[in-house]
This record gives sequence, C-alpha cells and structure tokens, in this order.
Amino acid sequence: MSNASTANNNMAEHERVADSAGGAVANFATEQLSLVERAHRFFHSNPVAAPAIVLLMAVLVFSMVIGERFLSPFNLSLILQQVTIIGILGIAQTLIILTAGIDLSVGAIMVLTSVIMGKTAVMLGFPPVIAFMAGMAAGAFCGWINGILVTVLRLPPFIVTLGTWNIFFALNLWYSQSETIRYKAIAEAAPLLHWTGQSIDILGAKLTYGSLLMIGLFALVWYALNWTPWGRHVYATGDDPAAAKLAGIRTERVLMSVYVVAGVICAIGAWALIGRIGSVSPQAGMMANLDSITAVVIGGCSLFGGRGAIWGTLIGALVVGVFRNGLALAGVDVLWQEFTVGLLIIVAVAMDQWIRKA
Amino acid sequence: MKLKALAAAAMFSAAALSSSAFAADKPVVGLITKTNTNPFFVKMREGAKEMADDMGVELRTFAGKFDGDNQSQVQAVENLIASGAKGILITPSDPEAIVPAIDRARAAGLLVIALDTPLSPADAADATFATDNFKAGEMIGQWAKAQLGDKAATAKIAMLDLNTSQITVDVARDQGFLKGFGIDIKNPNRIGDENDPRIVGHDVTQGAEEGGRRAMENLLQRDHEINVVYTINEPAAAGAYEALRAVGRQNDVLVVSVDGGCPGVENIADGVIGATSMQFPLRMASMGVEAIVEYAKTGKKPQASEGLDFVNTGVELITDSPVDGIESKTSKQGLNSCWG
Repeated sequence: MSNASTANNNMAEHERVADSAGGAVANFATEQLSLVERAHRFFHSNPVAAPAIVLLMAVLVFSMVIGERFLSPFNLSLILQQVTIIGILGIAQTLIILTAGIDLSVGAIMVLTSVIMGKTAVMLGFPPVIAFMAGMAAGAFCGWINGILVTVLRLPPFIVTLGTWNIFFALNLWYSQSETIRYKAIAEAAPLLHWTGQSIDILGAKLTYGSLLMIGLFALVWYALNWTPWGRHVYATGDDPAAAKLAGIRTERVLMSVYVVAGVICAIGAWALIGRIGSVSPQAGMMANLDSITAVVIGGCSLFGGRGAIWGTLIGALVVGVFRNGLALAGVDVLWQEFTVGLLIIVAVAMDQWIRKA
Repeated sequence: MKLKALAAAAMFSAAALSSSAFAADKPVVGLITKTNTNPFFVKMREGAKEMADDMGVELRTFAGKFDGDNQSQVQAVENLIASGAKGILITPSDPEAIVPAIDRARAAGLLVIALDTPLSPADAADATFATDNFKAGEMIGQWAKAQLGDKAATAKIAMLDLNTSQITVDVARDQGFLKGFGIDIKNPNRIGDENDPRIVGHDVTQGAEEGGRRAMENLLQRDHEINVVYTINEPAAAGAYEALRAVGRQNDVLVVSVDGGCPGVENIADGVIGATSMQFPLRMASMGVEAIVEYAKTGKKPQASEGLDFVNTGVELITDSPVDGIESKTSKQGLNSCWG
C-alpha cells in the first residue's frame, strides 16, 4: 500500500515537472516558413516534383506556340517512341546511380547484345527465342563483369565502366565485323526481334510495344525498389554503405545484383532498339550512355546516390524528348536543341545541390 | 621477382626493337583513319594493305578512338615521323587542328595526302584524294527531279544532314543535292540559308539509323506531305524509311542517299532507297599508297583533277529506276563494287 502511494506521489511529481515544462512539444511545426524554405521542403520530400513541373510547363508552352500539331495524340505517342530506348537504358542507369555509381557502358552493352541477338538468329540460324535468350544472357554477363570489377576489385564504377565501355564496343565491332544486318533479313529470320516495333492505335495515338514495354519496366522496377527488401537495400547501400553494412545488409551482393539487373535491362533496350530502327547496326547507340545519364539527372536523381525516384528518369527522358520534338516542330535550328538540353542538365544539377542542403 | 620482370621487359623491348629495325628495310607508309569502326575506313585499310603488299612497302595503320579524336591522330603523325615513314595518308578528324602536326611531317620530308576529308586549308596537305561530294549530291538531286517530272515544282523536301557542325562533306552533299534538284542554294558553303518553299526543313541524324528515324518523324510532323527525302548516308536513309513505314508512306516517298555501302546497295534492290551515289574508299587508299611510293622513287607529287582542287576518286549513281540523261548502274552491278 505504502509502495503504491509512493508510486502515486512519484507520478504526481513527474507530471508536475512535465506541466511546468509547458506544452510546447510540437512547437517547431508552427514556426513561420518562408516561401523558399517551404519549396525546399516540398522538393526535398518529392524528388519527382521538380522535373514533373518542368515537363508540364514545357508541354504547356509548346502547345501554345505550336498548337494542335504538337498536342495531337499521334505526336505525343511519337515523343514516347522517341524516348523509349533512352528511357529503358535510363532505368538501368538509375539503379546504378542510386548506388552512388555511374555506368558508362550501358550503350555499349545494348549494341553488343543487339548484335548478338541479330547474329544468332540471322547468321547462325537459331530460332528467334534462342537468339533472344542469348542476348539477355549476354547482357547479364556484361553486367556481371562490371559488378565483379566494382565489388571484388573495388575499382570506382566510373573507371570500370569507362573501361568496359571500350571493351564491349570493341567486341561488338569484332563480332559484327562492322556489318549491318538489314531489316529484311531480320523480318525473314526473326520477326520476334521486330515485335517491339509493332504498334497499337488508340484514338490516333500510335503506341509501340516497345514503349509499353518501357512503361512496364518502369512499373516493375518501381515496385521492386519500393516494396521489396532488395529495393530498400539498394537505397540504403547508395545512401551510406557503411551504415547499410552495420545494419546487416550484404552490400557487395546488393551491388553485384544491381549491375547484373542493369545489364539485363540494357539487353531489353537492345530489343527495343531493333524494333525501332528495324536493322541491327553496330554503329548504333554511340551516345546512349550520356543520353541516359542526362535523363537520370534531369529526372532529379542525385549523382551522390541514395536519393531519387525511378519515375523521375521517365520524366527526365520525356523532358528531353518534348524539348527536342517541340523545338524541331517549331522549326528551331538543331543546335539550339542541343543548347537547351545542356541548359536543362545544369539547372537540374543545380536544383539537386540546392535540394540536398538539409 | 622484380629483377625477372625487368629482364623480361628488356628482352621484350629488344625483340620489339630488332623486329622494327628489320621492318625498316622496307619503306614505310602510314594510314591514319578517323576511327577503325566505320566500314568505310575498314575498306580503306583493306585497299591500302593490298596495294602496299603489291608494291613491297610496309603499311602502318592508326586510328582515332572516336570521330573527332584529334589527339590520337597527332600522336600517330608523330610516330610516323619518328619512324622515318615516306608518307602519310590521313582522314583528318579535325581538319584544322591537325595542321601543325602535318606541317612538321612535311618539313621532315614526308608526303602527306588527305583522304576523303580535305584539311583546312586544303593546301596544308600535298594532295587530297576524295569523292566529289558536291557531285555525289548533285547526281541524286538530278535523279530525284527527273523521277518526279512535273511534280518536282511542288515537291516537299526533307533534308536529313549529319550534325550541326556544317563540316565540308555534309555541306557539299546537302548543297549538291539541292542544286541538282534545281533549287537556288545561295551560299554553297552553308546549309540551311535557302528560302525555297519546297524545303520543309533540315534535321540532323548523326549518320545513324536512330537519328534518321527521329529526324524523319519530326519533319513529317512539320509537314505530312513530304515526298522527297535526302539523307547524308545509307544508315540514316534506313532509319528514315522506318519512320515512313510506320505511317504507311514508304511507297510514295523518294529516298535518296550517298555512300555505296553494301547494305545500302541491297536496300536499293529492296526499294528502301531510290538512288544512292557510290563512293570508292578502297580506291582512295590504294591510289594514295601508289602516289606515296611514286613520290619516294621520283619525287613527283600527285596532281589535282581538272577543275577541282583535289584528286577525284570517282562517284557512281546506283539505282534500279534509271532516268534518261543520267548515267547509272543497277543495284546488281553495284553489289560488285560496294564497300562494308
């Protein structure tokens, strides 16, 4: 009994102290924020917001200047087609950049795997399905090489992929003997490889299976990144590898898996590439690595890893696509298209720096 | 361990030295291409190698890592000067920036011949062996005009160029085509200063399929009625054709191109491309080797073709729909002389 009364007394004592401290626990929420600070917080918690606003504004401005020709369902679907390859490579690039890496070899992996698919089907006469699988396997293998060099030899991803970019590209030239496989040969031997180029019409819009495949891939990777342990481990590893390790994440294995998955996604990009250009060309995709990085950066993904959303990359690719298409329809000289894309990159990175300031 | 490696390295370099000393008995000719990836340059190397073997000279080949890589080409020139080569064949990646290195080579007594792309200024080399790119464009322009007949007066033309740098080859083909089609080209050194309403627009392709398709799509969006498409090369033409096929226009649009690569010639046979002007990289290189050997023997330098400031290595129109008054060969004949 006496024990209980002591407890009561103590409780009262505790509550008295709490009372005297005042009820200002949640005070910081009511402090007045300037507009800039509020914007900062908004962008900090919504990494996709900034590129989405740029995209909306670009669409708005071009619709006003060019009108129906720009805003027609057909033209909008055309833009989607034009960003398909960079979009798919952008998914691979986003995964790598989320781990604070960078992959300069995505374009070379894509071209190499497209040549492997084309040659296996057309020159070696294997069934298209086997050719397709061979391409996917080659993509995974290329990614695995990158992964081994990054995780086992602990070389910086920039250097590793700078090296493998050249190696994969040289292998592509050697294996293809710099020869193009033409549309007709592929159409006869392996129509499966052209599947991504076929399209369905919806209200005047022409959606290719390649574009739909890209959107499907974005959704799949979005799900994997946000709703599976693997995805959370990717973010954790990119944000702070040491902390991730202490939390029990096997960061090496996560990195390894990211490079292999990226390689396979590049091979899927190769499939979309064959559908789009009709032929298999060892000269294709020369600048695809830089274009994919551009899409990721404009999409608001931080080059320092651990921050960014996969949909941002799609928006980033669309921003570039909308500017190129819109400026072209408006009859603006091509060099100003390049100028604009350059400007967008600088603005995007400047935004990222500002947003990252806590 | 370290000593062993050192000894091995010494032995290796001694072996390398003696082998190069051995090779130095034969006169050396250098070939420097923009890259070693493009089939055009692969064919060039083939032509040079064959001729070098025939004439008993040693061919050393170099290439930039990418189109525009001047640094590697400068190093190649320096290596060739150091090894006492008789002459250099070069397709300059940067026709202006390479000139100081070329000056050093010529001062050291080497004959320098620019292949395919002239130096800037052109007389920085002893000679230039190249396709007459203006003529190449003019031929496909004339062909397209003749194909259309009366409708040429109301044609809608899409111009798919290389890139935004307005390099000489790009400009010459573009302007040649327009002149051949009968359009006032104003300044022949400038793409895009024309104001003929028949030109829907110019766009760039990077000389590749994907660029060709995107450029064609965007120009079609500007004007659906485009019925003549000029392309800088055959991969760009193949890409443009895909864009036309996607909107069901592949059969009522004339696509013309320049190059004469084997896939391009096969695309003539398949009706993808209407006509193409074939150039001869193999001949450029073999004639170049010949000229250097001649110079080493007699000191005689090659003379430019009449009316031109370079040695014309020839161009032929390839088409399966010949028109009166324009000499041409069929795709079947073209397959015997195509490259790549």
